Amino acid sequence: MHIKEEISERHVLTLTVDNEAGTLARIAGMFTSRGYNIDSLTVADISEDHTTSRITIVTKGPPPVIDQIIAQCERLVPVHKVTDLTEAGPHVERELALVKVNGSGDQRVEAMRLADIYRARVIDATVSSFIFEITGGPAKIDTFVTLMREVGLVEVGRTGIVGLMRGSEAS
Amino acid sequence: MPEKSGAEILIDCLTEQGVDTVFGYPGGAVLPIYDALFQQKKIKHVLVRHEAGAAHAAEGYARSTGKPGVVLVTSGPGATNAVTGIADAFMDSIPMIVLTGQVSTTLIGTDAFQEADTVGITRHCSKHNYLVKDPADLAATVREAFTIATKGRPGPVVIDIPKNVQVATARTDIKSNAPNRFHAAGEADYVAINKAVDLLANAKAPIFYTGGGIINSGPQASTALRELAELCGAPVTSTLMGLGAYPASGDAWLGMLGMHGTYEANMAMNQCDVMFCLGARFDDRVTGRLDAFSPDSFKVHIDIDRSSINKTIRVDLPIIADVGTAIQQMIDVWKARKYKPQPLTEWWTRIKGWRAVECLNYPASTVEIMPQFAIERLYAATKDKAPIITTEVGQHQMWAAQHFHFDAPNKWLTSGGLGTMGYGLPAAIGAQMGHPDALVIDIAGEASIQMNIQELGTATQYRLPVKVFILNNEWMGMVRQWQELTYESRYSESYSDSLPDFVALAEAYGWKGIRCEKPEKLDAAIAEMLAYDGPVMFDCRVSKKANCFPMIPSGAAHTEMILNSDEVSGTMDDEAKALV
Repeated sequence: MHIKEEISERHVLTLTVDNEAGTLARIAGMFTSRGYNIDSLTVADISEDHTTSRITIVTKGPPPVIDQIIAQCERLVPVHKVTDLTEAGPHVERELALVKVNGSGDQRVEAMRLADIYRARVIDATVSSFIFEITGGPAKIDTFVTLMREVGLVEVGRTGIVGLMRGSEAS
Repeated sequence: MPEKSGAEILIDCLTEQGVDTVFGYPGGAVLPIYDALFQQKKIKHVLVRHEAGAAHAAEGYARSTGKPGVVLVTSGPGATNAVTGIADAFMDSIPMIVLTGQVSTTLIGTDAFQEADTVGITRHCSKHNYLVKDPADLAATVREAFTIATKGRPGPVVIDIPKNVQVATARTDIKSNAPNRFHAAGEADYVAINKAVDLLANAKAPIFYTGGGIINSGPQASTALRELAELCGAPVTSTLMGLGAYPASGDAWLGMLGMHGTYEANMAMNQCDVMFCLGARFDDRVTGRLDAFSPDSFKVHIDIDRSSINKTIRVDLPIIADVGTAIQQMIDVWKARKYKPQPLTEWWTRIKGWRAVECLNYPASTVEIMPQFAIERLYAATKDKAPIITTEVGQHQMWAAQHFHFDAPNKWLTSGGLGTMGYGLPAAIGAQMGHPDALVIDIAGEASIQMNIQELGTATQYRLPVKVFILNNEWMGMVRQWQELTYESRYSESYSDSLPDFVALAEAYGWKGIRCEKPEKLDAAIAEMLAYDGPVMFDCRVSKKANCFPMIPSGAAHTEMILNSDEVSGTMDDEAKALV
């Protein structure tokens, strides 16, 4: 007998939660304990009075599992609202990455040229290195990082995705 | 404004919530709370012998009274010992408040003496938990904890209270203005209810599949279920957790369903055209093989917990509501539309055919006590006394579910979801605390009873006349049964060796001990147990070889029940072996 894998879909979920100790552990741990995947997770305080945070989780699973993930999130006491952006319709997703490259001569010039094409900004420079700041959808950042590997990539820091519904309504 | 210590505030809050009984065990990190308990008279403390016993006793108290059970234990090992009971209450949706002491906030994270990360450990086996860092937050926390534990789908809530928070003082006149952030489902959407009632009125082969949610919804939910079943004439089956919601003596009763359920219940589930799942959750012990579960039925699922919907079985009409309220709404709509019960003649004829299999029959014996016979005689001797029955986990538990019959809710306390051996004795103690005049019997196995045997002392101390009825077959019977079904009877570690003399053990704790080995002496021995005004341990020596049937073997469908031991093949393929 072998273990079978199921076909998964990628979904972006946003959660409005109480900004209190243990909330992130509760959500992240629930994913682990029930065997769900987390591809990326971002969290930050979003309210004027610092009582509410917004969490964006990118997960994958078969549709019934995604539905169950949403239900299990909603069951947690500090979670007030869960939106499946992927299901809800048109939305924007953005991620920020910091990319450090090291090199000289043509390699350095090529890195700068590529950064320009991808609208990455230089936020630190030495005679032998750059740190680029790039924002965009995850695919754009993936591609940029892949290109940078060819021209002296040292390290990458990525924030994970945040997302909002398009249009005037709150998600 | 005078101030009070955290410990005093806690006691005030418990009193405000109507708590009359706390099950606990003292230790360094809860000494301030124990001192505050000592100085009041409203709350009775029951001193258990092990913290696992405290948690299960609180479960038994909660399940039998409908009120939340309260546990008080110290930090570190006190809290970790209670974890099994917390997980058990979480799985079976038992309202419970667990108060754990914690090392002082200044020591948290330093690996202090008796420090454990209690909120971390209990985070995913409790409905919610808290670490209280300021006595000023205590009152609001306790109030919210009781709301969360009891509203919606009930469950355990842990409040971890560092020792310095118990000692430090705070003003008591500050009212929390935090908004209520916990909302439970209540009434069902009438569009869905109307549709459900139409389906019920037009079904040719309907069935009610009821669960522990009806018990949790309160006695009025059981009353409503009986009325609805009467109005429409449909058959009723129940999960292990829901026994008693519909009376076993009722005409529409099919018996329990699932792995050790009746043939008629499982066949009716498989063949029904409309299924009404009321406060149950399609557990794997109920469904058998998922792709063969009731393949052609329209499924209506009423549950208070949205995460129970479509978790394992896709349903056609989900209704998120309190199940008792929803059943009452169905009754109201049924009556308003002046529907009449359908005769359902063909359906009942088929059910009668399945009933004729008499699946609960077992080979009788005049030489040894058959375990099923022991349960039957216990039932016959006690049914007029409306006993509260608790169990441990294993064969005896399934035999009790099959052969002891329940006509009322809150009389059957068993560990269903987690399947915790050692649950029954402390649960019986908790139930007896909540019902001092009731007959409370723990139907046990000789292996399970040893898992919390230390609680004999608790019953002695509080003069609780609980009865422990051990079906002693000298085997971890359910393990052995599976080894016979799956592993060609290779009995790996399933024999109960070096058993204590249960009669002598009982007497050592100040209990009465009774042993019975002969079927002809059983009735007299049971009568002796019932006549004794105090705790009794009954060592019922039963047939060592008997197994629990009928049974849906692992990985099989409802229609593939094994009715008796002749049908056991002794091997299984890996796919079936891998299922729980």
